[in-house]
Amino acid sequence: MKMEKAILATITTQSNKVSGGTAVFHCETKEEMEAVAANLEAILDGIAHALNEQLYIIVKH
Amino acid sequence: MNEYTYPIIFGIIVGTAVRVFMLRSDYRQYPTYLHGKIIHLSLGFIAAGLGTIAIPSIMEKEFTAVTFLTLAASQFREVRNMERNTLTEMDAYELVPRGNTYIEGIAVAFESRNYLVIFTSFTVTLCYLAFNIWVAVIATVFCFILSHFLMSGSTLADIVEVEQSELSFDGAGLYVDNIYIMNIGLPERQEEILKYGMGFVLTPKSFSVRSTIANLGQRQAILHDVSVTLGVFRDSGTPALVPLIKRDLNDGRIGVFILPQEKDPVRAKEIISAVPVLENAIQMPTKRKGRGAKR
Repeated sequence: MKMEKAILATITTQSNKVSGGTAVFHCETKEEMEAVAANLEAILDGIAHALNEQLYIIVKH
Repeated sequence: MNEYTYPIIFGIIVGTAVRVFMLRSDYRQYPTYLHGKIIHLSLGFIAAGLGTIAIPSIMEKEFTAVTFLTLAASQFREVRNMERNTLTEMDAYELVPRGNTYIEGIAVAFESRNYLVIFTSFTVTLCYLAFNIWVAVIATVFCFILSHFLMSGSTLADIVEVEQSELSFDGAGLYVDNIYIMNIGLPERQEEILKYGMGFVLTPKSFSVRSTIANLGQRQAILHDVSVTLGVFRDSGTPALVPLIKRDLNDGRIGVFILPQEKDPVRAKEIISAVPVLENAIQMPTKRKGRGAKR
């Protein structure tokens, strides 16, 4: 089955904003969050979208 | 040798020549290779033969021979299927795909060109047999001009104004002029996009054009043509660096975001202007009589 539009991972510095349902990566700083998001983007072949300054999601289009 | 020999040879040669004339490899890179060309030249030769033979058959009162033309029709529909299948298969491996509408347009062109060959051979042979070789030569010139005319459709420059526009980010949102393109999260990606990306805004010249350029196939064709000609700054597995076109819902303008290997705005503008208007994307809402006819 080909997957269309799915959140593959969530990267955040604000742990209380997200929970369950997807893989969540908790980070300490904004720099760490960006580095993790860049890595995951390359690994998962998805796009890193910023929902706000504290929350990134990797989406498969 | 009989009285039909020369007219038939003449008709076949002219028909095949028309097919050669219409078979061009350009930036669309299809058909590029020798084998692809041989297939189309052979089919053109067969089409020329069928068109030519119809006239002597009628003159010999062999009317059933004309039913061969129906055979030709189904044969050339098969050509269209063949082209569609090949191009669809190959499209999956393009960095910026052509899209199905473009492929269908190419496939239809291949089919219709064979019919033009049949028409040419038919006309030329008829002129040769009914009059003489000089009338046939005039008919040949006429058919070449007609083929050239029928072969070239309109381009985007005829229906839209193309203008370069700055790319900008509002937070994570990428904009071309005021048209939202997509959300790019990573700052390094944003820098790459501002460094390599270019934005264009296409403004429709009339009301009918709005739905033509809104067509997803037409938009994909623009992206494909630009990417083929100017190169593309992306690789497999980098979906963030994909060229995109989005629409301004208020006035029907479209914002084109491209990532060329070679950042040359003048050339890019020329290429966008020269993108063919796909037959399948053309819609004529204002052709309807009565309500809305004067818009």
